[in-house]
Amino acid sequence: MTATVTAATASSVAANAASPGAAAGPSAPDAAPTGGATGPAKARGTGKAFRIVPPFVVAGLIVALWYLVSYGLLDASRRFLLPPLHSIFTDAFMNADTMGDIGLSLGRTAFVTLTGLAIAIVLGIAWAVAMSQARWLETSLFPYAVVLQCIPVLALVPLIGFWFGFGYPARIIVCIMISLFPMVSNTLFGLQSVGKAELELFKLHGTRRAVILKKLQFPAALPAIFAGMRISAGLSVVGAIVGDFFFRRGDPGLGALISTYQSRVQSVELFAAIFTAALFGVVIFMFFGWLGRRVVGKWHDFGGR
Amino acid sequence: MPAAPAGIAGPSLEELGLTDPTIGRSIPPPRVILRFTGTGMTFPGGTTALEDVDLTIRSGEFVSVVGPSGCGKSTLLRIASGLEEATAGQTWLDIQRIGYVFQDATLLPWRTVQENVELLAELEHIPKAERTRRANEAIKLVGLEGFEGHLPKMLSGGMKMRTSLARSLTLNPELFLFDEPFGALDEITRERLNDELMRLFAAQHFGALFITHSVQEAVYLSTRVVVMSGRPGHILDEFPVDFPYPRHPDMRFTGEFAELSGKVSRALREGHS
Ligand SMILES: Nc1ncnc2c1ncn2[C@@H]1O[C@H](COP(=O)(O)OP(=O)(O)OP(=O)(O)O)[C@@H](O)[C@H]1O
Ligand SMILES: [Mg+2]
Repeated sequence: MTATVTAATASSVAANAASPGAAAGPSAPDAAPTGGATGPAKARGTGKAFRIVPPFVVAGLIVALWYLVSYGLLDASRRFLLPPLHSIFTDAFMNADTMGDIGLSLGRTAFVTLTGLAIAIVLGIAWAVAMSQARWLETSLFPYAVVLQCIPVLALVPLIGFWFGFGYPARIIVCIMISLFPMVSNTLFGLQSVGKAELELFKLHGTRRAVILKKLQFPAALPAIFAGMRISAGLSVVGAIVGDFFFRRGDPGLGALISTYQSRVQSVELFAAIFTAALFGVVIFMFFGWLGRRVVGKWHDFGGR
Repeated sequence: MPAAPAGIAGPSLEELGLTDPTIGRSIPPPRVILRFTGTGMTFPGGTTALEDVDLTIRSGEFVSVVGPSGCGKSTLLRIASGLEEATAGQTWLDIQRIGYVFQDATLLPWRTVQENVELLAELEHIPKAERTRRANEAIKLVGLEGFEGHLPKMLSGGMKMRTSLARSLTLNPELFLFDEPFGALDEITRERLNDELMRLFAAQHFGALFITHSVQEAVYLSTRVVVMSGRPGHILDEFPVDFPYPRHPDMRFTGEFAELSGKVSRALREGHS
């Protein structure tokens, strides 16, 4: 017997394809409430106070511990190892010269970070999209994303310096190498999170691959993409500082500055520079959290807060 | 387009219980729109899901299929839609547009009800204005007015199913394939949706192949109930349902309904053992 599917003129097929557990997003319970803390979440305490107070308590504990070490464990001659918190403010953050240096290098680091991150985002998404389009592309390209992830970039940094010079291009390359993988893997994961049923729904209408990508896979991947951006953003800051820290040539960014302060044992300034770097990382991490919530927060519980 | 191939025996209209005047009136005479002849399906892994299935659906017919789990009911729909290709027999389909409604609503969570309902028309390149008109009409038909701007996560299970149904309606299908569309719903919602679906069927006269686990639902909705055997699935028996449309929910409590449901259940049980 032969299979003769005379699908006559079934050119257009209206479909609501589905298979169990294959939704492209969070499946809400019946009669889902419109946001707010309800149900079991309330029992765990998700009120505003519960979200704001604990971080401050932890901050208080850290400060207390800090002073305990500064004044309790270290004698005056060794106090530079952990200068009292307030001295970092009075001697560094309120010192115009120091802040001038820190501000200038922060600007350079920010430039490197953001440029590297932007390139990593574009490159990572493109890489993942390419892999999502064909099995053979995925099998041939994914291993290299993993290899990239596993390369000890720190060991490569001097080499990158020799190859590309010690200017901005080399620093940006370090950033990209460090922050690319989360973009690739998150985007790929997001694109592949689309359920079989949704794909069939599109395919039943003879939808072209590019349209499926645009109308189904890419929107479905957005939450994962933004989560990837957040991680990459943090890594990009690290990349910018590490590259700079090792190159220590050209216009100093925060990394070079930290290295200088370190060699001169300017511990108060050193801590001020480290705090600045950390604060910068937090700010751009939060920015991408905010951006993600703005774009997908309406339909997806993006990364908690 | 070939006419129904000669030599393939299908039940006559009388046998199908399609002589009911409430269906036949002012509607083009029923014609065969889907026919399985000796259809069989053996998956690459070696599982034979279907064996020698003969089934004919005419326009204006609402055919329900009941059968034990895993007997190949979904596979039958997938073959009808072209998602899967049968490995034996012939599948013959003579229509332009199929509506496919599955157990999950498969709404896109980032699209509002309105946008979700417009999706298929969008994929079929129907111009925006026409799309919107059809979507509005479909939304009205399934009783979702006022929820156009809601996102799926704000909808109950029943409303999601309605949205899914409306999405299919925008393409005005001649044949609907339903794969346990109300299986995940509570009984009250399910009965309400049964009534709405019946209303739609009575108004639009599409053909329907409806898969369900509920004998009650099958008898209540259909012009014919088909009972399938366990795997490999084949058709054990067919029961015409002669009650006129529109059917009243209380019809479920009549003696005739109980008797017919009993017959179907018995056939189902016998096929099981
Ligand atoms: N793609 C596939 N490859 C291999 N086997 C399959 C495939 N799809 C279905 N089957 C098998 O074919 C049989 C029939 O599956 P099908 O989903 O059609 O059953 P069903 O009658 O719809 O069951 P249910 O009532 O549980 O939905 C099952 O044994 C299933 O495991
Ligand atoms: Mg099934």
